[in-house]
Amino acid sequence: MNHGAGGRAMADLVDLLFRQAFDNPLLNQANDQARFSAPQGDMVMTTDSFVISPLFFPGGNIGSLAVHGTVNDLAMGGAEPLYLSAGFILEEGLPLADLARIVEAMAAAAREAGVQIVTGDTKVVERGKGDGVFINTTGVGRVLPGIRVSGELARPGDRVLVSGTIGDHGVAVMSQRQGLAFATELLSDSAALNGLVATMAECAGPSLRVLRDPTRGGVAATLNELAHQSAVGVQLHESALPVRTEVRGACELLGLDPLTVANEGKLLAICEASVAEPLLAAMQQHPLGVNAAIIGEVIEDPLQLVRMTTAIGGERVVDWLHGEQLPRIC
Amino acid sequence: MRAEATPQEHPAERRAIRVRGLVQGVGFRPHVYRCAQACAVSGFVCNDTQGVLIEAEGHDLDAFVELLQCELPPLARLDSLLQQPVPARGDNDFHIAPSRGGAARGAAIPADAAICDDCLQELFDPGDRRFLHPFIACCNCGPRYTMTRALPYDRGHTAMADFDFCPACASDYTDPGNRRFHAEPLACHDCGPQLSNSVEAVARALAAGQIVAIKGVGGYHLACDARNDAAVQQLRSRKQRDGKPFAVMVLNTRCAARYSELDEGAVRALRSPERPVTVAPVNTGKPGLSAELSRDLGTLGIMLPYTAVHYLLFHALLGCPDTSRWLREANDIALVMTSANISGEPLITDAVTAAARLGGIADCFLHHNRDIPARADDSVVRASARQYTVIRRARGFAPHAIKLHSDGPAVLALGAHLKTTVTLTRGNRAHISPHVGDLDTAEAIALHRETANALEQMLQTAPQRVACDMADDFASTRLATQLSEQRNLPLLRVQHHHAHVAAVLAEHRVTGPVLGMALDGHGQGLDGAAWGGELLRVDGAEMQRVGHLSALSLPGGDRAAREPWRMAAGILHRLDRSDEIADRFRDQPLAAALGQWLRTGETGDTTSAGRLFDAAAGLLGICPVSRFEGEAPMLLEGLVRGELTDGDHYQLLDGILDFTPLLTRLADCADPTRGAREFHGTLLRGLTDWALDAAARQRVDTIALCGGCFINHYLATELPLRLQAAGLTVLQAVAMPPNDGAISLGQAWVACHHDTARA
Ligand SMILES: [Fe+3]
Ligand SMILES: [Mg+2]
Ligand SMILES: [Zn+2]
Ligand SMILES: [Zn+2]
Repeated sequence: MNHGAGGRAMADLVDLLFRQAFDNPLLNQANDQARFSAPQGDMVMTTDSFVISPLFFPGGNIGSLAVHGTVNDLAMGGAEPLYLSAGFILEEGLPLADLARIVEAMAAAAREAGVQIVTGDTKVVERGKGDGVFINTTGVGRVLPGIRVSGELARPGDRVLVSGTIGDHGVAVMSQRQGLAFATELLSDSAALNGLVATMAECAGPSLRVLRDPTRGGVAATLNELAHQSAVGVQLHESALPVRTEVRGACELLGLDPLTVANEGKLLAICEASVAEPLLAAMQQHPLGVNAAIIGEVIEDPLQLVRMTTAIGGERVVDWLHGEQLPRIC
Repeated sequence: MRAEATPQEHPAERRAIRVRGLVQGVGFRPHVYRCAQACAVSGFVCNDTQGVLIEAEGHDLDAFVELLQCELPPLARLDSLLQQPVPARGDNDFHIAPSRGGAARGAAIPADAAICDDCLQELFDPGDRRFLHPFIACCNCGPRYTMTRALPYDRGHTAMADFDFCPACASDYTDPGNRRFHAEPLACHDCGPQLSNSVEAVARALAAGQIVAIKGVGGYHLACDARNDAAVQQLRSRKQRDGKPFAVMVLNTRCAARYSELDEGAVRALRSPERPVTVAPVNTGKPGLSAELSRDLGTLGIMLPYTAVHYLLFHALLGCPDTSRWLREANDIALVMTSANISGEPLITDAVTAAARLGGIADCFLHHNRDIPARADDSVVRASARQYTVIRRARGFAPHAIKLHSDGPAVLALGAHLKTTVTLTRGNRAHISPHVGDLDTAEAIALHRETANALEQMLQTAPQRVACDMADDFASTRLATQLSEQRNLPLLRVQHHHAHVAAVLAEHRVTGPVLGMALDGHGQGLDGAAWGGELLRVDGAEMQRVGHLSALSLPGGDRAAREPWRMAAGILHRLDRSDEIADRFRDQPLAAALGQWLRTGETGDTTSAGRLFDAAAGLLGICPVSRFEGEAPMLLEGLVRGELTDGDHYQLLDGILDFTPLLTRLADCADPTRGAREFHGTLLRGLTDWALDAAARQRVDTIALCGGCFINHYLATELPLRLQAAGLTVLQAVAMPPNDGAISLGQAWVACHHDTARA
């Protein structure tokens, strides 16, 4: 792939690749914009840029991630995702075959999630000015009837649920990057959660207060964020956390806390205590919620801390890591 | 004492005399009263917001002022005395006037002091009305800071306000000739606080191997018989305290000498009114203490009793002898006395929490009904004739202020993450809170906030700027950020090792330029990397990194800091010997995986000196996993017998000191004792070279030594000697610990300088 003189031909080629993969009536209008009629009720909109290394990881690639990430951001607003846009910044020299794999993964992810990629854009930059490919996706969705979820709605007494094992994505990526032989079976959990959210909304209705996907910074960062937004504390129980054995092993080796590792196909939910058990049962019926668990509860706490009762009965504060996990032992 | 002045020599005059320093709560006003009597001076003395105010009228006030400054009460300290003539009023007598309350600007908060000899004498005198009274105290001893609710320090502002005087105590309190004249903790059997249980019953429980929670002056202790393996083991398992040494309390220095090798430096520390836990070499020749107390560290932490209750316990354990000879005689009783807390949480101070949190640990309780408004752990020092290093600065030391070289803006500094303290400066004084602890638990984080608040309240000072560490993840940084946003105050982020150096400079009132050597565990560097073995050029708020230890692999972040075998594995990998890892560390389930990771992946790294000690310990196979912070270096030091050996097994290039040659030798050293001698010897030689080289290049002749590694005996004593011999002026922590307990002071100092630099 190159840009400049041959740029025109290249863009045409890429265009063709996308049209074939994403094929849908709105995209096929072939205009600079997609035109559709607005549905009834509240809408949500989100955008996210994907800049990852490596581009391909066990269980997915940057393309599937770009669809899942944006679909999930819509779903975490209690919405049914409808349409996505896709913007590509390609680095000169990216093998066409790699691009094709990425685009196919995007198309498959979109099909599975039931959304359409209805508009897009491509730019090619000089070698060295990109990291293979950067993707931006923007999405719009329609809020499910009777649902109002938001980060500031957690109340003391509410229960905290997670939809499955934590840390899978981050550890899979890291294991690949670090060449950890024993963790080669690990796959990213990258998935679209809108189906699971629909199930949950149906079960819990307005008793569902908060939904959020614990991506960067993992469960720890997300719960700390929610604690601040809602001005509450959170009490977790380590023994209730679903963690795969391989993930636990890799975390021990790498010195990571699974709570701070990124997920791409998991959600945290906070709901009224009374619906926690039925909600858990409903989640466990869904293929993406088989390992769901109630991991803690919302508590009153002026310090707005996330605390955890450890497996050996101790108590510690679950920290909010800004950057990468740095040592703190002095 | 001087002869009284005669009216013929001098006409009568009146002066207002302003005294600042440690003059409240230490028997200073009665001292003034006695001086006034001796010099035929009339007028008054009172405590006020600045310290003590005297108005004196007489014919020879110079003699009075001179006498005032001689023979101060044992706990008093004068910082300044200013005089000013005022119109004479012709008072008939000299009296102690009521305190002038309100804001306590300039008045110092007194620290707690151990029971004095006079009170101890009375405690066991059957003829004294305070015979066996558990709360006996006087102007020269007893709780101060820990029972203070507000300033000025007056009975009404202390926890003793809850107890009304009986007529006899009221008379002691108001009699200027009495040792208890205005002694705020003054009490007796009739009117004082009371114990919840009989001391005899508690002594029986201890003798029977039970664990007792005892409420003291700064919080609760957990106690058991230190000679009873089962009891100590029980305490360990119930407290979930794996391996960390317990301190013991023995009756007197003779008893202490049974268990520790004490020189006069250690004895002095043990007996000091601060009564710290004193860490000294363990007496290996005479066993008797449970082996469960500490493992092969070569040292033992001992303290002497400091309250009447402690003495009553020993008295009961010895069968209540009736002469007082037992106080001076040796016996072999030793009690574990450890802070009563749930692992990692702050010390417990109230009965409700004690009952709730210690119910599963203690078999028996000894409460009392005096409130503890300000908690303070036992202080810990390492002491010998050659070394006096504060390890934990709390009861007895805090909240004494450190005098700074000049006035500055009021700075609130919030410390780092471990062994945190809070500092608030006011004028030229830095007020450092007692040890708060590690900010890993909600309770510690809450206490840290309360401590910051309490300092502001006590000093009636609103900070003008806030200082904290550079690491974003610390609770201290978050609190600092929040305070600076809420109050719209400038926030200064101070690099960790800059703060370490600054704390030493603050104590010595030196502003720089100096070379600072920080030998530490971890601190976030200016470049975001993990630092910890640094040479910094510090000049006030300016800091420049002029050298560092060469980086070691840190395979697994904090995990590697707890598992020295990982540090050792990282070294083996760098030496191209990663194939040895799996076999050498076959007891470690992750050894093979770590070896593979080192070959295929990328671990972080660190220039930490603490991790260098860990790596050496790991290579010598002495401490594959640390059960508590600092265990590996302590074990390594404990192995040294006889002279250190050295060689030039290091490389120094452009300020970067590389100990790979030394580590290579340790990797092949079969004798850990020899390895420990060679490690310390070579380390000293390399560090000396490193410092001298940088000092010459930077053209500075003063070096400040700091960081947690300076608790190590050889670094604390040998390195300064070598640097001094080469012509450098060496500065070390004196009243402050060299570890992170001093970080808040250093942060405040840098923030003060930052201001003046910009002004
Ligand atoms: Fe430090
Ligand atoms: Mg997003
Ligand atoms: Zn006394
Ligand atoms: Zn009385």
